[in-house]
Amino acid sequence: MGKGVRTLRNRACIHWTSLRAVEPPEMIDYRPMSAAASIVVESLRIRRGGVVVLDDLALSVASGKVTGLLGPSGSGKTTLMRAIVGVQIVESGTITVLGEPAGTPSLRWKVGYMTQNPAVYGDLTVRENLRYFGHILDAPPTNVEEVLETVDMTSFGDRVVNRLSGGQRARVSLATALIGSPELLVLDEPTVGLDPVLRRDLWKAFNELAAQGKTLLVSSHVMDEADHCDDLLLLRDGKLVTTGTPAEVRAQSGKQDLDEAFLVLINEEVE
Amino acid sequence: MSFRATFATALRVLKQLRRDPRTIALLLLVPVVLIVLLDQLFHDRRQVFQQIGGPLLGMFPLIAMFLVTSITMLRERVSGTLERLMALPLAKLDVLAGYAIAFAIVAAVQATLVSIVAFGFLGLHTQGPSWAVVLLAISNAVLGMSLGLFVSAFARTEFQAIQFMPAFIFPQILLCGLFTPRAQMAGWLRGVSDALPFTYAYDALHRATALGTFDGRFTLDLTVTVGVTVLALALGASTLRRRTG
Repeated sequence: MGKGVRTLRNRACIHWTSLRAVEPPEMIDYRPMSAAASIVVESLRIRRGGVVVLDDLALSVASGKVTGLLGPSGSGKTTLMRAIVGVQIVESGTITVLGEPAGTPSLRWKVGYMTQNPAVYGDLTVRENLRYFGHILDAPPTNVEEVLETVDMTSFGDRVVNRLSGGQRARVSLATALIGSPELLVLDEPTVGLDPVLRRDLWKAFNELAAQGKTLLVSSHVMDEADHCDDLLLLRDGKLVTTGTPAEVRAQSGKQDLDEAFLVLINEEVE
Repeated sequence: MSFRATFATALRVLKQLRRDPRTIALLLLVPVVLIVLLDQLFHDRRQVFQQIGGPLLGMFPLIAMFLVTSITMLRERVSGTLERLMALPLAKLDVLAGYAIAFAIVAAVQATLVSIVAFGFLGLHTQGPSWAVVLLAISNAVLGMSLGLFVSAFARTEFQAIQFMPAFIFPQILLCGLFTPRAQMAGWLRGVSDALPFTYAYDALHRATALGTFDGRFTLDLTVTVGVTVLALALGASTLRRRTG
């Protein structure tokens, strides 16, 4: 029994290291123009319930970085993320994800998605939830414990999800997105409702994932989280207000505080 | 479609059910209590018990699975887990087949238990083999499951889903031939009865229990039951959308 477990763990290790060794050169050498971007959105227009939510949106998300998708609630962040993972009806425009049109079946293996409301089975335990998602993605069994550790939920693994607090449930939902070691992570407000210590730890985990070569698109309406990101996209009323690194955004607005910087940029747009 | 994803889904549905012992108790015990009630009700009229006992036994799983599936699927739609699943490498058929396997297993346990009680303790007789009744009960359960899955697309709340039961199931029970032989029905009622899947499910059970005749009409009954199941599953699959507005 013990031997079997060890073999599986070894196999998982090989799986991880080989992924790390192979991927980055491919990304750099192949197709120089678009290879640096994991997501490219062009003239995207989306209507939800008769209302235009995104209009003529164009943006790109760099590979191997943490990109923050920021903006007030109702600015279209969730709609954009749903479109990127291929579950949103798109009126016009194109979205290219990892070199393929968004929604292509093969992308479902490579893109991890965390919905805004925890989409997990409340009547299952944390581990049962993760094992189910792991089975679908054909992830090695050890992957469950790895993602549990990333979201700091190992000690709650055998708890039924319905008995967990809101913040814990959100972390389970995040764990389901991490399972299968996807290349691209699309996380819709993963840190909302979490305490400051946990938020700091999660951002650290996101940065580590990016350092391993993963691409992360993380939405938030809390501007002070922007400093954890490599790149920022500021959305307002379905339009891109600004983009750049935190330092560039500061320079653009002339404000040191990112919260103020965004207020300045948003107001400029309005006027 | 992949066996791994289908099997994982079936296992997941069964695990969810296991966390809900009250529902399991209700699923397994209610049919037993009802058949005992029926036995007592027709204590002095054994003929009636013999006539309706068998078919009813095969119909319980149909009704139970209709309800369970429509509510479970509705929850999956409302809670956002369906949207999450649609973003995963999982075919719609994997979801449906996973549900079908899980509920067929539950139906098999349910039908076996009530059959043991009815045939073993209550003296219910059947002309055909008793396992045929259990098999028909399972196929009816899958029919109920597929119908429940389909109607769940038209319900937005659990209240609505439950109301589909009297709306969808009761008329079929009334017209299937259990209460009044179809030969005695008014012409238009019989026409309606001809168009309802329960009629064929009931007729197959009636032939297996009361007549013991597995003739051409029995084959037709089975064909219609399976055909409607497949049709409802296909329609149900079309209501599972990868992309929504």
